[in-house]
Amino acid sequence: MSKLAAKDIHFYYGDFEALKGITMEMTAHTVTAFIGPSGCGKSTFLRLFNRMNDLVDGSRMTGLLSMDGEDIYARNIQVDELRKKVGMVFQRPNPFPKSIFENVAYGLRVNGVKDSGFIASRVEASLRAAALWDEVKDKLRQSAFSLSGGQQQRLCIARALAIEPSVVLMDEPASALDPISTAKIEELIFELKKDYTIVIVTHNMQQAARVSDKTAFFYLGELIEYDDTKKIFLNPRVEATQNYITGRFG
Amino acid sequence: MSPETKTGHVGRSKRRNQAIAFGIFRVLGFVVIAILFVIIGFIVIKGAGAISWEFLTGMPSEGGASGGIFPAIVGTLCLVAGSVLISFPIGVLSGIYINEYAHNNWVVRFIRIMNNNLSSIPSVVFGLFGMSLFVNTLEWGDSIIAGSFTLALLALPLVIRTTEEALKSIDDSFRQGSLALGATKLQTIRRVILPMAYPNIITGLILSIGRVSGETAPILFTVAASFLSHLPGSIFEPVMALPYHLYVISTSGTDIEASRTMAYGTALVLVAIVLVANLVANALRNFFGNKVKMN
Repeated sequence: MSKLAAKDIHFYYGDFEALKGITMEMTAHTVTAFIGPSGCGKSTFLRLFNRMNDLVDGSRMTGLLSMDGEDIYARNIQVDELRKKVGMVFQRPNPFPKSIFENVAYGLRVNGVKDSGFIASRVEASLRAAALWDEVKDKLRQSAFSLSGGQQQRLCIARALAIEPSVVLMDEPASALDPISTAKIEELIFELKKDYTIVIVTHNMQQAARVSDKTAFFYLGELIEYDDTKKIFLNPRVEATQNYITGRFG
Repeated sequence: MSPETKTGHVGRSKRRNQAIAFGIFRVLGFVVIAILFVIIGFIVIKGAGAISWEFLTGMPSEGGASGGIFPAIVGTLCLVAGSVLISFPIGVLSGIYINEYAHNNWVVRFIRIMNNNLSSIPSVVFGLFGMSLFVNTLEWGDSIIAGSFTLALLALPLVIRTTEEALKSIDDSFRQGSLALGATKLQTIRRVILPMAYPNIITGLILSIGRVSGETAPILFTVAASFLSHLPGSIFEPVMALPYHLYVISTSGTDIEASRTMAYGTALVLVAIVLVANLVANALRNFFGNKVKMN
């Protein structure tokens, strides 16, 4: 069964229709990449899965979005509970002005975890999973701002993993990083798909080709093509996809 | 003319304009500093002679022409503390509501406009309002509590606005980062946003202390006694206050010339209190600022 499913999703910012009837399904333990030019709706679509768009005044959605077969926009869904299961990594690293340790522990603390032994073990496990442990294990009490941009972004990934989500959404996670940090994040994504379902928005074609199993091409609020990444990059069905991935527009 | 000489010419006038502009900015900057130093220097020179242990801790006598200003110091400290205790929680919570909870609709815009209007009302009007509400209607009489509430009303718009600005300056990515981890809005505000906003919120505290401690008009009808030879026993009694005491000894009394030195001494103490309050608030600001960075 598919992990995430969208059925005829329309999304509006006021009168502007940002998504025009998206239907697609994502399988567990795969990496799905959303590509498309700026303003195509891929980030908007991503942010529907943890209901981040709820924060946007004057927006509304129609259609059915489900995770593990459960409607995540149903009335009885607690948004904070949903967000525990669907983690998110943002475009720019946004660690809190707290220590490295407290950044990772934050999600556990706000969700009521008090056991300090458990918190310490989750922090270590998450930092290891985010391939950051060796670099920070001796300075866990230092400010997260003392880390480099790439380290901060891996810290944000660790922070998302600490509460053990089953899905991780990534909104252009490497676009603000240098090439070496980007490579580390990409390696990490490859590792993480064993345990998580990952959806990543990216502007970088090579990145989509390198890290994803499936690729979805969005254009002007519509899903133009969605298939195995290999197929999309080697032999796309639609001409617009071909044009975009070869850099002829966008 | 060749293009080369043309650009060279433009470059020269550009640099000249820049030099003139910076020259003007620099002069104006120094003028501001100079004014401040002249005022403080003037008060220090004229008032230092009056400062003595007896002046600071003694009771006034002969209508302020001799003796001390201890009751006025105590009174001003009480009023500053009282008004800050009232206005700060209300103001900070309102600011949080406006910036974090309320949607940007006409209600919020209306509150914001009203708040700005409130801050431009002359302070004597607050005095009249305080007198009719706290002193007469609520029958608190001329008292510390009536004066504190009146001054709190005066400080409230300032606190609300600085809180709002402090919260607004915090990037939304921090709110989203916290919410995305399953935190509630309240947790996000308490654990992430407020700690980051404290330094700037405390700036509001500094500004309101400065404003409140120097006001005369609002306390005129609500709390200030022109002459008391004892300290207040409770918050329902009137007190003397430094700005009003300064006014009284400068304008009435049998021998105004004789009390000049006392007046400058009083002014010096008032300025010193505001200065110390600012230093303490600044220390708090740095303390919270460092905490934000380190924790």
